[in-house]
Amino acid sequence: MTGSRAFQSPAGVRQAGWLLAPALVWMGLFFVLPLLIVLLISFASRGAYGGVEWTFTLANYRDLADPLYLWIYLRSCAFALATTGLCLCLGFPLAYYIARAPARWQGLWLMLVLVPFWTNFLVRTYAWMNVLRADGLLNRLLAATGVISEPVEILYTDLAVLIGLVYGYLPFMVLPLYAALERIDRSLIEAARDLYASGWTVFTRVIVPLAKPGIIAGCLLVFIPSLGAYITPDLLGGARSMMIGNFIQHEYLVVRDWPLGSAASFVLMAMVLAGLWGYQRAGGERPL
Amino acid sequence: MKGPAWRRRGLLAASLGNLLFLYLPIAVLIVYSFNAAKLAMTWQGFSLQWYAALARDHALMVACQNSVLIALVSTSVATLLGVSAAIGLERLPWRLRAWLDGALLLPLVIPEIMMGVALLLLFVLIKVPLGLLTVTIGHAAFNLPVVMVIVRARLRKLDPQLEEAARDLGATPWQAFRRVTLPLLRPAIVGAALLAFTVSLDDFVVTFFTAGPGSTTLPLKVYSMIKTGISPEINALSAMLVVASMCLVGLSLAVQRQRKIYSLIH
Repeated sequence: MTGSRAFQSPAGVRQAGWLLAPALVWMGLFFVLPLLIVLLISFASRGAYGGVEWTFTLANYRDLADPLYLWIYLRSCAFALATTGLCLCLGFPLAYYIARAPARWQGLWLMLVLVPFWTNFLVRTYAWMNVLRADGLLNRLLAATGVISEPVEILYTDLAVLIGLVYGYLPFMVLPLYAALERIDRSLIEAARDLYASGWTVFTRVIVPLAKPGIIAGCLLVFIPSLGAYITPDLLGGARSMMIGNFIQHEYLVVRDWPLGSAASFVLMAMVLAGLWGYQRAGGERPL
Repeated sequence: MKGPAWRRRGLLAASLGNLLFLYLPIAVLIVYSFNAAKLAMTWQGFSLQWYAALARDHALMVACQNSVLIALVSTSVATLLGVSAAIGLERLPWRLRAWLDGALLLPLVIPEIMMGVALLLLFVLIKVPLGLLTVTIGHAAFNLPVVMVIVRARLRKLDPQLEEAARDLGATPWQAFRRVTLPLLRPAIVGAALLAFTVSLDDFVVTFFTAGPGSTTLPLKVYSMIKTGISPEINALSAMLVVASMCLVGLSLAVQRQRKIYSLIH
């Protein structure tokens, strides 16, 4: 269905080339070239005063195998996995509810899910600081209901980072889940019921398999940005809540060890691309 | 009783819980932006003083201007190049098209921080001073694929026979494009441009790495306000940003007139 054959004459291809050229040049200069520079620098060594010395070495990648750095990578993966899992648990009932709601309500519900998503990420993260502070809303509620007697420090902990990540990326899970669930033919569920399947069997044997593309897409859309998260751990996490993103920023702007920072960001990119590759292997559609 | 009614009520409760989770922090933020208290989270009466303080903040006004300027220029560049690329892609042989499609989506999945540091290295190495120009270039680079994806999704749904019919009726290729395809694409183009504008206004990570002295944007200003200590002024500023982004999204959706709004990211 895409493109008409009439355009694909040699003249059409030449015309297409002219139309594409500006975008390709722009992306080549300001996307591909910078990434190549990062790749190149990741194999260089650090100069005495923070600059880059152009001698080829694998030392940066070897340094990343240091337990201290490995720990940061492992923590980030754990955070990203936990975020994905929590988003799935929270998002599935919501997406299912929206998909089963009357058509005229679906648009409104989706809108309600989207509005926070389009709010500035910094502002959304900052909003949680107000809630999680020692004198914040959550502590007050807990104290008022008698659950705690002393304020608990929630802000600047791993828990706060996790809450912030789930909050930030929940809509990424809900939207593809909804898209997949909405497409499920209701008569399939009824057929399963007629054949005496219990509610749980219907869920695991009919709904989940049919919603699988949405589940995989949603997990990927949550996992990728949470793995490279920077703002959330920076604002909500404590000094020890560093994730890969903070580590990269630290190496570049604080320590000024560009080669190590470059190697670290390439490892992050490789992890993301590996996730995407796995997704395509799992038969997923294009996530975006 | 484990009937459908029981299940439906459970689902509704879970969904409302989700909404509470999504809106509670934002609501708290907006409510406290009207709080007269300087430090405590206790309510000390309604006041607009933090909004008044914002209006007097000169640096904030400059940051606002920078943000809007960067968003306008980068959105124009991204829209122009993105729309042109989307149309060009549609006319390529499918093998080349599939390959380029994949390649142009890459910027959408690359971690933002990676794009930020990569651009920083580029600008430092080619000795371009960091400032408004470098931020604008970076924004156009991450927005170009966004525009392209949205316009392409729309192009794919268009019937190619429409343009062919125009050609059969004697229209030149340019006329057929100008009078048939472009009007059909307009909602997608405007929607994509508004989205790019919003994304640019909101961006922190890429801006953080590519900004220099004198090119502080609104998100950078918010960040430094948060980092230097919590003052009620940030609540007021944040509340205004929440309302502003809601307006932009509403506008974008209205323009696209799409029933399935999830298609913006799906």
